[in-house]
Amino acid sequence: MHLRPILSAMRRNRTGAVLIALQMAITLAILGNALFIAQRQLAAMTHPSGVDEADIFVIANDWTANGAQVRALAQADIVALRSLPGVIDAYVTNSYPLEKAGWGYMFTLHPEAHRPLTQAAAYFGDEQALRTLGLRLVAGRNFNASEIENFTGMSSKPLRGVIVTRQLAAELSATGAVLGRIVTMMPTSQTAPIIGIVDKLQVPWPAAAPAVVDNAALLPYRFLAPSDFYVIRTRPGAMAAAMKAAPAALLAISRGRIIEKVQTLTDARRADFRGQRGLAVVLALVCAMLLTVTACGVVGLTSHWVGQRRRQIGIRRALGATRWAIMRHFHAETFLIGAAGVVLGVALAVSANLWMVEKLAMQRLPPGYLLIGVAVLLILGQLAVLWPALRAASVPPAEATRTV
Amino acid sequence: MFGYYLNLALRGLRRNPILTALVIVAIGIGIGASMTTLTILRAMAGDPLPQKARQLFAPQIDNWGPVNGSGPGGAQTDDRLPDELTYMDATALMRAHVARRRAAMVEMQLSLIPADPRQPAFEIPVRATYADFFAMFDVPFLYGGPWSASDDAAHAPRVVITRALNDRLFGGADSRGRTMRFGAQDYVVVGVIDDWDPTPRFYDLGFNTFGDSEQAFMPFTNAIDDQAAHIGIRVSCGRNTIGAGLQGLLRTECVWIQFWVELPTAADVRHYRQFLLNYAADQRQSGRFDWPPRIALRDLPQWLDYHHVVDGEVRLLVGVSFGFLAVCLLNAMGLLLAKFLARSGSLGVRRALGAAHGAVFAQCLMEAAMIGLGGGLLGLALTRIGLASSTALLPETSAALTRLSGTDVAIAVMLAIGATLVAGLYPTWRAAQVQPIRHLKAP
Repeated sequence: MHLRPILSAMRRNRTGAVLIALQMAITLAILGNALFIAQRQLAAMTHPSGVDEADIFVIANDWTANGAQVRALAQADIVALRSLPGVIDAYVTNSYPLEKAGWGYMFTLHPEAHRPLTQAAAYFGDEQALRTLGLRLVAGRNFNASEIENFTGMSSKPLRGVIVTRQLAAELSATGAVLGRIVTMMPTSQTAPIIGIVDKLQVPWPAAAPAVVDNAALLPYRFLAPSDFYVIRTRPGAMAAAMKAAPAALLAISRGRIIEKVQTLTDARRADFRGQRGLAVVLALVCAMLLTVTACGVVGLTSHWVGQRRRQIGIRRALGATRWAIMRHFHAETFLIGAAGVVLGVALAVSANLWMVEKLAMQRLPPGYLLIGVAVLLILGQLAVLWPALRAASVPPAEATRTV
Repeated sequence: MFGYYLNLALRGLRRNPILTALVIVAIGIGIGASMTTLTILRAMAGDPLPQKARQLFAPQIDNWGPVNGSGPGGAQTDDRLPDELTYMDATALMRAHVARRRAAMVEMQLSLIPADPRQPAFEIPVRATYADFFAMFDVPFLYGGPWSASDDAAHAPRVVITRALNDRLFGGADSRGRTMRFGAQDYVVVGVIDDWDPTPRFYDLGFNTFGDSEQAFMPFTNAIDDQAAHIGIRVSCGRNTIGAGLQGLLRTECVWIQFWVELPTAADVRHYRQFLLNYAADQRQSGRFDWPPRIALRDLPQWLDYHHVVDGEVRLLVGVSFGFLAVCLLNAMGLLLAKFLARSGSLGVRRALGAAHGAVFAQCLMEAAMIGLGGGLLGLALTRIGLASSTALLPETSAALTRLSGTDVAIAVMLAIGATLVAGLYPTWRAAQVQPIRHLKAP
């Protein structure tokens, strides 16, 4: 393969070659970064919440009955929900994983010393909450029934226990050995001994950074407030029937309420991550369109070159070059332009990423994404040049004799 | 002359329809993508109240000091002041007649029980605020008007509802004097506001900044009395504590109340700033703060900027789509070059017949402009599709965000033509350099 004729041909079409190389460079810069960002959105979407999502649904309940009645009614609700056919367990709470909004408390083992506080999601629940959510204790024990308090408003009364996630335990103490230690919670300045540690339990707000996504705690509260949630876990396959039966059972106990929504955690997840999925889809579409446009550019300019060089191609053919050699010429030419483009593109992609790291708190771009981008662009270039190259190869040797 | 060039341009476009189509598609896609994201960005970063933005201010007071923030060592992270006010400070600022208009406010979720027993109860977001809210934010009224300052003082159960809620409850009739029930209290409708949806919802950036706004408004003073269980659901505390019940909420150093003042002149602003400093100094004197007074007074645009209302994702998309536009233009440039050079022969003949450089230049530029127009129109169609699907794909875009205004249409077409002309300059120049003699020689 001789490069010289290719290079001299390119010198005669400098502008076109530069334009294509620049196009490929920008395409690569966008492609690499977009793939990376899309992948991060997908990772956030699929991060496991730690609970048995497939078998849990939630009822959002707003009381219109007056406050004094609510305590008795909510207790009756729980009894009714637990006895529904197909229901494994249920409890009443202030918030649940994938809710989207939630309660954040500040936790510390050193209330006096001015050490940083750790923000963590506070989930209220009784001794059945662990079983309902399908959480696994990795150390310590569950609440027992006598430790559960009624929550009717903020209070500074100490709690008799709190269950934290492994991540929160590590956050509170470098060794993670927090079992039995007393934790202080702000803003109520309540204290409680840490009695149990669960493996995973995601915070209710979506798209939390991986380092804080499992900073959560269970507080031994029966949540008796004007708006509450019932979290209900069913046996596999029994969910649909239970979702119909539950609101009816609640309304039978009292009509002094508004049932705001009945939603599975699967649907809640879908709703929470709509933004992430949207961004990933948009980025994928943009990439697809970009590649199309770039391919069109290669096809357009190369066909133009083929048209311009018909006579030269004819001469080469007349001098004995095979069709294959002509095709190889155009493929190699595109490859060279593409190679120059991707070198520039890698530089562009890295600087764009560094800018985003600086300004938008993005992560560094792993080299794998650039490699994929480089491969995609070079292959795309070769595919795009195929049709013009075939046209070039079909130029007859007689063309050499046609014109002056 | 113009008509002649136009004619030539149209002929030129027809000569190589595939190449023409490729250029138009490339420009159209580039314009479509960049206009879609630009429209979203403009709406999100836009000015929700352009006529008054520079007169509306959100006061902040350092009631946490250097030791009660949530950052390391009790410092306030990023050296920020609390974003909202405590009940103590909000009521003190309400009592002082320093600003022209002022309103403390907070959002609640309330169960509404319609007066008509056949209608089921439902939950709506309600804003508890003061009478000045409506005049300060230029809220348009369909019927009636705001409640009065004396209603604020009397803790009166009054309510102003939105047009949508009025349609739902009262079939769109003038509902002044009708009642609705929240909890155990009946509220009298005094006004119905017309469509009003400032985007972003600048006065409360805590949650749902781009989502649906509240459907009813009631006096803050009344909400403290009658809706206590629903108030102060969202508090921010740092290292401060909060006691039990309503009293705990009213006495805490945790912040939960948004506060806005209207200060029409620079002198008013200076005056108010001094007032806030004096207030903080007084609090230090009385022993509540043991740190030097620190306050901030930001106007609406500064407030939006300070809170990074436009998130990184949208900025990122804008960057991506302008990169995209650049690719499309490079592409168009290459294709136009191919298109014009392929016609060197006929251009050479025109030059030989006496057309000046300038005439050939104008002819080719006209052709580029026509392509730009085509690309712009295609881009507009794609923008419509893009905006419609972004409402479906991105949750934080309401229909209001994605309306395409006349200005947007003009920008898109101008951008397309301008960009194509710029992209066409070099190919046109090359075409105009054609040496007539070379093209006359060939058979």
